[in-house]
Amino acid sequence: MSLDLPLVWAGLIAFAVLAYVLLDGFDLGVGMLFPFVQGEANRDEMMNSVAPVWDGNETWLVLGGGGLFAVFPLAYAIIMPALYAPVIAMLLGLVLRGVAFEFRWKTRRGKFLWDGAFAIGSTIATFAQGVALGALVQGIPVAGRAYAGGWWDWLTPFSLLTGIALIIGYALLGATWLIHKTEGPVRDRAFVFARIAAIATLSLIFVVSLWTPFLSDVFMKRWFAWPQVLFVAPVPLLVGLAGFILLKGLVQRNESRPFLASLALFVLCFVGLLISFYPYLVPTSVTIWQAAAPDASLEFLLAGAAVLLPIILAYTGYSYWVFRGKVNSVGGYH
Amino acid sequence: MELPDALTLARFQFAFTVSFHIIFPAISIGLASYLAVLEGLWLVTGRAVFHDLFNYWKKIFAVAFGMGVVSGLVMSYQFGTNWSVFSDKAGPVIGPLMGYEVLSAFFLEAGFLGVMLFGLKRVGPKLHFVATLMVALGTFMSAFWILSVNSWMQTPAGYGLNAAGQFVPRDWWAVIFNPSFPYRLLHMLLAAYLTTAFIVGGTGALHLLRDATQPASRIMFSMAMWMAALVAPLQIVAGDLHGLNTLEHQPAKIAAMEGHFETRTGAPLLLFGLPDMVEERTRFALEIPKLGSLILTRDLNGKVRGLKEWPPAERPNALLLFWSFRVMVGLGVAMFLTGVWSLALRLRQRLFATPLLLKATILMSPAGLLAVIAGWITTEAGRQPYTVYGLLTTADSASPVGAAAVGASLAAFVVVYFLVFGAGAFYMLRLMNAPPRASQDDLSPGEPLRAGGLMPAPILAGVAGAARPARESPS
Repeated sequence: MSLDLPLVWAGLIAFAVLAYVLLDGFDLGVGMLFPFVQGEANRDEMMNSVAPVWDGNETWLVLGGGGLFAVFPLAYAIIMPALYAPVIAMLLGLVLRGVAFEFRWKTRRGKFLWDGAFAIGSTIATFAQGVALGALVQGIPVAGRAYAGGWWDWLTPFSLLTGIALIIGYALLGATWLIHKTEGPVRDRAFVFARIAAIATLSLIFVVSLWTPFLSDVFMKRWFAWPQVLFVAPVPLLVGLAGFILLKGLVQRNESRPFLASLALFVLCFVGLLISFYPYLVPTSVTIWQAAAPDASLEFLLAGAAVLLPIILAYTGYSYWVFRGKVNSVGGYH
Repeated sequence: MELPDALTLARFQFAFTVSFHIIFPAISIGLASYLAVLEGLWLVTGRAVFHDLFNYWKKIFAVAFGMGVVSGLVMSYQFGTNWSVFSDKAGPVIGPLMGYEVLSAFFLEAGFLGVMLFGLKRVGPKLHFVATLMVALGTFMSAFWILSVNSWMQTPAGYGLNAAGQFVPRDWWAVIFNPSFPYRLLHMLLAAYLTTAFIVGGTGALHLLRDATQPASRIMFSMAMWMAALVAPLQIVAGDLHGLNTLEHQPAKIAAMEGHFETRTGAPLLLFGLPDMVEERTRFALEIPKLGSLILTRDLNGKVRGLKEWPPAERPNALLLFWSFRVMVGLGVAMFLTGVWSLALRLRQRLFATPLLLKATILMSPAGLLAVIAGWITTEAGRQPYTVYGLLTTADSASPVGAAAVGASLAAFVVVYFLVFGAGAFYMLRLMNAPPRASQDDLSPGEPLRAGGLMPAPILAGVAGAARPARESPS
């Protein structure tokens, strides 16, 4: 039996994107919460909690984008022009915040500038990702092998809503991460942020989930047609459960469960998206198999990915294990 | 005033972002190897000055590397945003090569970078040296795959075409090792080494002018001048071979570089001139008879083809190529002469005591970088009007994006890049301006372990550090 290579690769890229959202999500969230915490020592503590891992986190975005180009060039060629403005904005935001990690320690006078770049860059990148996601969900018109829509198609009430939703969602990840990783005043502030963000995130998940099926018949049938509904119903039920654990953890001032519950919320929302999208890569125009490069290309890169991805995953897991526990403002872990 | 069209703006955007980007890999490829050599010398000789130099250049490497990563992220998305038709058509062939670049090189670099930057005390010198070597290997692998992609666009091989009009791989070996790849790889690696040599040499010279007794400054200046003396001649040979390869596969590019419009035997070498694409002649030409034929064909009366052999629409811009090529060659010759001069002074024991050489080297410190940019302008503009040479035109490669969108994003890139990379260059220069002192600490107080990638320093501490106490010196 031969492997369905396009499907394998779609799974790998979906995994890379999910890994990116979960991992860079919390460090972008920490960036967005930066302006709301005063005091240099507190900010140092926040930055130190993500400093050792952010670079690796962002690598998953390169893998997702690079992977799409390598194995689904048609989808890459359609999606990038369709999401032109949000993609460029995201890149510029990531440049600003990425260099802030290094430059912040190179200057005393200019430190506040790079603090600003860190917060603004994180916010722009997150909003752009949310808008891009919304624009993808609402569908991309295709003619021949190219994007056939207008230059402002990505900007709709729905995509603005998903943009705001992602800002609040990443802020929730960032706040619960800080609860998990810090102590004292930073942790106490993070509890306040997390409570607001948790309620807002759950409300927005509810609104976006109700809105999405009305964007396309494909989504509507997927979620509400009998008997399929039996297979997809566990997703919203689990979202409810994760939301309950999150809120309960915050009320009880538990320091680990809120972060894990927030991650679970993101995983479930992502699974929901996959259920809506399948079998499309560009909803609802191009399927996984239509977009795939020839098997020769897919095989060639899969050989390398099969060796290197497990090593990378092992690294990543181990590095989080090493950096477990609370961080303080002088960069130590204890 | 007429506004440029979307295609022109997209080309400007690519030229701008890639020119900024190439600066950082050119520095980090060379510096990574230099760091490996310094640490190797420290391990072998046990002399602390090599360790001091390692720490000094390590900090500069970290800034250059960080800027290379973020500007590279932009490049990997720009293929899709501005060149979507090219991405669709060439993706099946070059996409996997770029995928390998991401997988092998980026993860290798990002994985071991943390250990190299912060991990010496935790893992001990031997394991740390392995990490430094892996970072150097990573920068090489990165260059390998990216240059393979670029070379394939210049001299495509090993491909077929499918029904959808895509290039598809037929023979991966032929794709990767396409005809111009070995020459381009060698030429670029040597360029990166020369770039680094002159940056290191200029920095050493600056500190020697301030304090001629400082051993660290003497070592870095001496090592850099050895590199200049040995690598510059090699680079001239490699460049010549690369040129002959180009003559074989892209003769129109060579005709534009040499300012030749007429095909002739016994063609001259033009030292100066202003190629005019409209009048199809090179004005104010200052010629050396027959030397052009001798260089290109190894025969005084060899036949050299001129641009008129190609229809006007298929000619690359000779004015740009003629001059970008001469800037590169001129800087290369200047680097070569600096190397020869240093060798002569070294033989007379006056290497460190000749202020004129020190000042000249400071002036020459950006020479390698400028030559790299001029060289890339020559080869990339010389590929026009194609993206995949002879097969896919640049005009047919662009995204269906409007001029306003491309123009606005170009403006945003210009503003952010000058701001961010301007600050980065300033911080790098400030680090180079600081004297190389003994036993500099790795981090300022309060600085976190950062940019540790996927394998931050303390990871290996659990593996090796626990087994035996890490040592500060290798003896």
